[in-house]
Amino acid sequence: MPEPDARASVEAIFREERGLLLAALVRRFGDLDLAEEVASDAIEAALVHWPERGVPPSPGAWLMTTARRKAVDRLRRDRAYAARLAILQVEAERAGPVPAPEPDGGPPDERLQLFFTCAHPALAAEDRTALTLRCLAGLTTPEVARAFLVPTATMAKRIVRAKHRIREARIPFRVPGPDELPERLPGVLQVLYSIFTEGYAAARSDLAQEAVRLARILRRLLPDERETAGLLALMLLTHARHAARLAPDGGLLLLDEQDRSRWDRALIEEGRGLAEAALTGGPPGPYGVQAAIAALHDEAADVASTDWPQIVALYDVLLALTPSPVVAVNRAGAIAMRDGPEAGLALLDELAGEPRLRGYHPYAASRADLLRRLGRRAEAAAAYREAIGLAETDRERALLRRMLDGVEAG
Amino acid sequence: MKYMLLMNAGPANSAEEAEAQAVCEFSDWMKFDEQIQGAGVVVSSHALADMTTATRVRVTADGERVITTDGPFAEAREVLGGYYVIDVPDLDAALDWAARCPGARDGSIVVRPVTDEY
Repeated sequence: MPEPDARASVEAIFREERGLLLAALVRRFGDLDLAEEVASDAIEAALVHWPERGVPPSPGAWLMTTARRKAVDRLRRDRAYAARLAILQVEAERAGPVPAPEPDGGPPDERLQLFFTCAHPALAAEDRTALTLRCLAGLTTPEVARAFLVPTATMAKRIVRAKHRIREARIPFRVPGPDELPERLPGVLQVLYSIFTEGYAAARSDLAQEAVRLARILRRLLPDERETAGLLALMLLTHARHAARLAPDGGLLLLDEQDRSRWDRALIEEGRGLAEAALTGGPPGPYGVQAAIAALHDEAADVASTDWPQIVALYDVLLALTPSPVVAVNRAGAIAMRDGPEAGLALLDELAGEPRLRGYHPYAASRADLLRRLGRRAEAAAAYREAIGLAETDRERALLRRMLDGVEAG
Repeated sequence: MKYMLLMNAGPANSAEEAEAQAVCEFSDWMKFDEQIQGAGVVVSSHALADMTTATRVRVTADGERVITTDGPFAEAREVLGGYYVIDVPDLDAALDWAARCPGARDGSIVVRPVTDEY
């Protein structure tokens, strides 16, 4: 294999292998810190050797062997640490049988355990997301920091704190049993969805894609969980529009301004299939319903011919499943499309006292939009100004300012 | 690994008051205690006598003892009513016991790992 190819394929392999390797090492040593360290060592060694000697026939097994050797070296140097790990190891063995290795002789896929450890409810919500990005997506600490828009040092501290908590409180490395799964799975899905929405809001398609990749892995590891299919469907159906969301100047475009021929048909098809799977064979979950709403948007030729009655019906279901003022705002928007802006505005005004909508710019923006459509320009302008004041990103502010200019120009 | 389950309840001035506020019956506590003792995980456990019997001691910077017995301690939102120290494999197992404890319904349970570092 020629050298530049080797380097590229090595890097592609690492994206995929790092999580697998890390999970297998955590399982073996019961210690996330040690596992991360020797996984990085092994990858570094591969970066040195593989471009020279070629990629070995089973890269996963090579990495695992190298990482284990590094771990043994390190444990020999640090006896106290080794003694402590030995105890952990005995207890880990007691916890269940060691799974069989993958057919290629590489590490077995133990990433599911890692998903549940990283999203454990005893960790702070922001720490769960950071750990998942670090351990499963394989992002470096500076990359995780960039995703959260915080300084690297802050993120490094946060990750160290979370790992300390896992170690000291002994948060286990295990998949919850069938009786606990319904309680614990939503936490894991929430982490992936927040990575996705973070990427979507910041127009970071790399981050959104990483969330999709993780959701695909989770879907493969938990094929019978319909909400996992629902979440993946929702991501695909939303991500399908990403190429059409931005104007050439980088500004955000509204749904009715987007060139729908640029929506990704393959992603839409895949998402539709998954959404169907998510809604078949039992009561619907919130991600499945949201995916169905996204599918109706994606299937429509334009905003006018969108199946608004069906979307309203789905929002009714969603509101019953997860009663929240944010869902109520979206539902009001759909009702405005079905029954006219007056009807939507009446619903939004009923929500005016909601404390959870204070500071939520989409609420002000939705009101502004409906007031504009009713020709109440002065009120619309005031609502746009309010939304601009509350918006969190420059892109959102720019979009709202463009809308405000439109209203003021008449 | 050892964990301490700290059972907190809303402030009450007497055992009678605490019982009146409680969602769980005394028999629920008995049943839980039987289960957890039977599982062989309990290292030690005690229920605390009611708040009116508590005495607070502080020593000021100049060495003076300040002893307060004038409960109720109205500022407390929740008060410690008792504890279990249990020895289980990991946090999930400790959280399971905490969730089964009637104290989780009558108040809340704080689960804290016991360190062996000191």
